Amino acid sequence: MTAQTLSQKILARAAGLDAVAVGDIVTCRVDLAMMHDSGGPRRVASKLLELGASVWDSSKVVIVSDHFTPAIDVDSAGILALTRRWAAAQQIDNFHDGEGICHVILPERGYLKPGLFAVGGDSHSPSGGAWGAFMVGIGATEMAGVLATGEIWMRVPATIRVEWNGALGRGLSAKDMLLKLCATLGMNNDYRVIEYAGSTVHGLPMLERLTLCNMAAELGAKTGIIAPDAVTLADLAGRGVAVEDWRRHLAGDDNADVEAVHRFDAGALAPQVAAPHSPANSRDVADTEPRRIDQAYLGACTGAKENDLRMAAEVLKGRQVARGTRLLIAPASTRMTAQLAADGTLATLLAAGAQLLPTGCGACAGYGAGVLADDEVSIASTARNFRGRMGSSRAEVYLASPYTVAASAIRGHITDPREFLS
Amino acid sequence: MSHSALVRVWRFGDQVDTDQLAPGRYIKGSIDELAAHCLEALRPEFASAIRPGDLVVAGIGFGIGSSREQAAQALRQLGVGAVIAVGAARIFYRNAINLGLPVLICTDTGMLVDGTAARLDLDSGTVFDASGAVLARCQPMPPFLRQIVRDGGLIASLKQRLARPA
Repeated sequence: MTAQTLSQKILARAAGLDAVAVGDIVTCRVDLAMMHDSGGPRRVASKLLELGASVWDSSKVVIVSDHFTPAIDVDSAGILALTRRWAAAQQIDNFHDGEGICHVILPERGYLKPGLFAVGGDSHSPSGGAWGAFMVGIGATEMAGVLATGEIWMRVPATIRVEWNGALGRGLSAKDMLLKLCATLGMNNDYRVIEYAGSTVHGLPMLERLTLCNMAAELGAKTGIIAPDAVTLADLAGRGVAVEDWRRHLAGDDNADVEAVHRFDAGALAPQVAAPHSPANSRDVADTEPRRIDQAYLGACTGAKENDLRMAAEVLKGRQVARGTRLLIAPASTRMTAQLAADGTLATLLAAGAQLLPTGCGACAGYGAGVLADDEVSIASTARNFRGRMGSSRAEVYLASPYTVAASAIRGHITDPREFLS
Repeated sequence: MSHSALVRVWRFGDQVDTDQLAPGRYIKGSIDELAAHCLEALRPEFASAIRPGDLVVAGIGFGIGSSREQAAQALRQLGVGAVIAVGAARIFYRNAINLGLPVLICTDTGMLVDGTAARLDLDSGTVFDASGAVLARCQPMPPFLRQIVRDGGLIASLKQRLARPA
């Protein structure tokens, strides 16, 4: 049998085949289908009705209300109410209403495990690859098809291997690694899967791996994946997730063909900042114009998890947000908020002058609190800075790590965080 | 023959993202309301001036970004006949086909200048000018995707499939 990459092994298993070749179009059985309030029931329910179909297996469906929660107006309240009613009517017990952002809820509540073939109604669904699942983003019509049939067609992608070796310096994070990749590999790695590897990657904690895989979307990839290791298995054991006999799905074959291998030296990486209006506009913070900042935003699945807010607190401890700049924080889940309250991180951030926002996708996608006015400049720990995404199409958003966002909030302009981390 | 009528080419650049196609701040509203703002940051007149069947031509990364299906739905709502791009983001590509909007990948779109009058033959992926001269040769869509488009999208296609006895 031809040697298989990790992704090929998972797709072959899901398709009921021994092996698959790059370019094959296969029909896969879906192990997990996740949708949220924005692309979920409000857009899927009518299509299922039209099909005269019902949910193929409610135990395999997870619904997370995170985009419009908490409601900010009657329209968003209506969308949330519809989502609740539909989840109840379809007897979907795996429903998380305002408990956190979908890509964080899935691992937090133990839905992910190695070898899973999963689909998510959100473009950042590649996040699941951090746990060794093959998880892709799909749209609402396609989700209706999955709910009706339990199946979806997939074109088997070529693998691009991205290896990082060496130790990240102080004040560096997965966000810097990924922004560097956006600038280097570009955003059009269409139909490929990015497999992250190397000592740096395997040295990262799970939530940092989530950031790497999540933003495979910004590389234009079908998904991102990291071969599970001892860190993955320990994380799953800690959550009480039974990892059945997934040994076949823990790694690709050594001699499997990959389309390209890109190698990076983590030790040489400087903090990255992506200028408006694309993650691909990333460069070293030293080469970035020190723009004055109206709003520093620590939010989203890639920028406000426990670890992200701890990074920010490290920088902000004993310091103050600059006058004329506002710092908003929207923790990625309610459990994380509780944890950050218990360990003092929140107190540190609030003492520095941060405003605490509700948990949810919030301003990252321009839906919730914290959107920008015309001509405002923001630095954000989110994933995407397309024009108009975070409010006015005349606003400008810079992307950076939580460290760099925090440092910029202190100075009131874009700042290298390492000056606060000696 | 599946040549379209003579339609207009609307030319866009690289990396037209889903926030241009379906701005987040209109996402709560109806598709009509959202479609009225489709691509407005790039071409304010687009939504009001486009005619049924017109071709949207773009560079690499068309539809990059969110999974929001409204990005493709807005184009469909405005009557766009097909998207022809050097490269299309994968979720956009699937969404468009699932909604019955053809997307053709085309390496050389050099002759598809903004404002050109053109006809598309969907089966072969060829674009002609008014006199029948070839303007562009796109990769033909895989037959089974073309069938979904012809059926009117995934739901219509699945309806037929589910209605057939197994």
